[in-house]
Amino acid sequence: MNAYKKDVGLLVLILVVGATVAAINPLFLSPINLANTANLIGLFGIFAIGQAIVIITGGIDLSVGSLIALLGVLFVDLLANLGLPWPLVLLLIPALGVVFGLVHGLLIVKLKIQPFIATLCGLLIYRGVARSYTADATAGFGFGQSFPAVEWLTVGRSMGVPHSFFALVVIGIVMWIVLHRSVFGRYLYAVGKNEEAARYSGVNTDAVVISAYAICGLLTAISAIFFAMYTRSISPSSHGNFYELYAIAAAVLGGFSLRGGEGSIIGVILGAVLLQVLQNLVNLLGIPSSLNFAVMGAVILAGVLIDSQLPRLRSAFALTAKAKG
Amino acid sequence: MASAFLELDGISKRFGPVSALENVSLHVAHGEVVGLLGENGAGKSTLMKILGGVHQPSSGSLSIDGKKTIFASPRQSMGAGIAFVHQELNSFGNLDVAANILIGREPRKGPGKFFVDRAESHRIVQPLLERLRADFSPSTLVGNLSIAQRQLLEIARALSLNARIVIMDEPTSSLTLSESKRLLEIVRELRRDGVSVIFITHRLNEIVEIADRVIVLRDGKLAGTLGPSEISAPAMIDLMIGRSLQNLYAPPSHATGEAGLEIRHLRTSAYPDAKVSLTVRKGEILGLAGLIGAGRSETARAIFGVDPILSGEILINGVSVQITSPRQAMTQGVALVPEDRKQSGLLLNETIIENIGLANWKSFSKHAMIKAHALRDYASVQIASFDIHASGPDARLNELSGGNQQKVVLAKWLPRKPRVLICDEPTRGVDVGARHDIYDKLRAASDGGAAVLLISSDMEEVLGVSDRIAVMHEGRISGILERHQFSEQNVLKLAVGRQGRKDDI
Repeated sequence: MNAYKKDVGLLVLILVVGATVAAINPLFLSPINLANTANLIGLFGIFAIGQAIVIITGGIDLSVGSLIALLGVLFVDLLANLGLPWPLVLLLIPALGVVFGLVHGLLIVKLKIQPFIATLCGLLIYRGVARSYTADATAGFGFGQSFPAVEWLTVGRSMGVPHSFFALVVIGIVMWIVLHRSVFGRYLYAVGKNEEAARYSGVNTDAVVISAYAICGLLTAISAIFFAMYTRSISPSSHGNFYELYAIAAAVLGGFSLRGGEGSIIGVILGAVLLQVLQNLVNLLGIPSSLNFAVMGAVILAGVLIDSQLPRLRSAFALTAKAKG
Repeated sequence: MASAFLELDGISKRFGPVSALENVSLHVAHGEVVGLLGENGAGKSTLMKILGGVHQPSSGSLSIDGKKTIFASPRQSMGAGIAFVHQELNSFGNLDVAANILIGREPRKGPGKFFVDRAESHRIVQPLLERLRADFSPSTLVGNLSIAQRQLLEIARALSLNARIVIMDEPTSSLTLSESKRLLEIVRELRRDGVSVIFITHRLNEIVEIADRVIVLRDGKLAGTLGPSEISAPAMIDLMIGRSLQNLYAPPSHATGEAGLEIRHLRTSAYPDAKVSLTVRKGEILGLAGLIGAGRSETARAIFGVDPILSGEILINGVSVQITSPRQAMTQGVALVPEDRKQSGLLLNETIIENIGLANWKSFSKHAMIKAHALRDYASVQIASFDIHASGPDARLNELSGGNQQKVVLAKWLPRKPRVLICDEPTRGVDVGARHDIYDKLRAASDGGAAVLLISSDMEEVLGVSDRIAVMHEGRISGILERHQFSEQNVLKLAVGRQGRKDDI
């Protein structure tokens, strides 16, 4: 009920920001710009959903950006240099993502390492491995190399809509069903709200938490493929930098609590949309791109403040109104 | 009559349209112990918050030593000599006893009064501890104290503030029998020293034992006052619930004699050297008494698969079972109503539906997808069947009183028809009316053939509800009492291990 209201509020905010940008710069609504923005929403939205699943359990995954770099480098290498058949690579990379997620989950659940620390180590390790794997060189496809099928799947468009956006919609629907309609989804929330009570109620909490990190790894790997195909060349020292923070920001904007147990799929997708619209706003309104992060930070802060203070202001207002009436 | 020290006159408190207190007048004399009773929601806590300066009354006046005063803040209340010993203890586990007692008022020394004067701290604190005959020192780390010792610490803090009136809010709810007795002794000593005490508790026998006068609140109004000669459990219950409660405890029935739950030589990590052997028959309620820390909850958790079992065997209906997780315990038909319902029993900021669903999704799903409507209907039925006072199945647990929360925990488990039902302190912090309902449900479960293990530190409850009583002492069963052997004396003797020691000699 409450989450629903938050989603509507966020949607209104996106529309207001969008309308404002469109009014100032009509380019915002041009098909090219919309398609580009949709593509970015797809790319960022997919792994943001993964992060959101982890956040629901009260955890966090800081390794997302580095994993996108490492898996991206591996993806290019397997496909372009080792020449593995592309369907195999499209299975291998997501499988690797799941393995990394399982490792995170096992470290956290079985060895009792705090999620922040376990995945912080992942952030450092994967980045380092990615850089040394290519000897800090940029990984990319060779001249004239092309993989039409993979390209069509990832950077292709149907009816003008980028396939990454379609992927987000499909993944969003699947994850919505998982989170909001399945028993596993209820367990995810329960573990985030009170892990002990969930265990005492017969929930296999260890399995639930590990699965959450595995899902995050899987979705991160899928978006790593999209990113690799989108950029076509990967410099492992900067590719995917800070992406985990985009994902966390999208989730927080979407109404997730970092304490766990709160949030919805619609929320995190809308959060990802808002972040990309803001990026677009910075570009289209001629704001110096060096201010990019500052604008995003300010908007997130404002959003969170409104969300946390509005009920208080409202009840204070109601009280004074009652006292006067 | 001794001069009234504290006087409340016509206190009312409204929160918006809700009236929490209506025209409550009471007085407390110097050195008087006043028992304050009322079901949850009767207005006790609001009244205490007004005394503590947290809330200000909407109307009415408050006077100390005959002078009208207003407590605009907790600091002013403290300054007037009012001190609280809270139900939830507010101590800092990482600091020592002296630091906890003097926090915010530390004696200082050195340049700019920068350093804490530890010697002076100890000089202030030591006499207070001696006066309470505490068995710990000013330099003991509070994290190492037991709940009972922390309770003493709170009282020492109250004394250090030169409190003239100490308000104790369910101080014995987490204490064992002997610790409770010790606390009551301290209350008597405070009274001797001229300190007044307002004693809030659900345990009526304590009131009978200690109070000079009883004040009962009901629905925010003063329901009545009982003088020294009128204090009795039935009289208090009548005032609290506004009607006579025929029989608080459901009558015991006769067990079939067949073993429902049998544990053999069970060792847990809490007492790795002690083995527990115990049989609970089908259709019986076995009370498990003992001091806190005797290993009762650990045994319960081991049977339910939360704590690891080091060795030993568990048999359910005569069949040996392996239990290594609550999930497995549940498939074997074991249910546990845990000791700390807020921590282990419930999702507090979730709805009744979610809480009941958590242990029952298997029955309310198809192909791993939830059947929300079926569960909602089921939750509504349980709300009616357990008489849970809530706005509906979507009510959140933190909106419910302790008694109703506990009923939700029971509603989670009992309809599953467990073969073994373990209840760990099921009525802690639960008011009399809800207790009655809970006892009825336990009895109904046992009559239905379940083996019920009732862990309780409430003597009245153990003696009133159980068909047999097992007593634990330091990780072992120190004795089993049949109904004709039931007495407070016998339970206490076993709880402190006096009979258990016989075979050691």
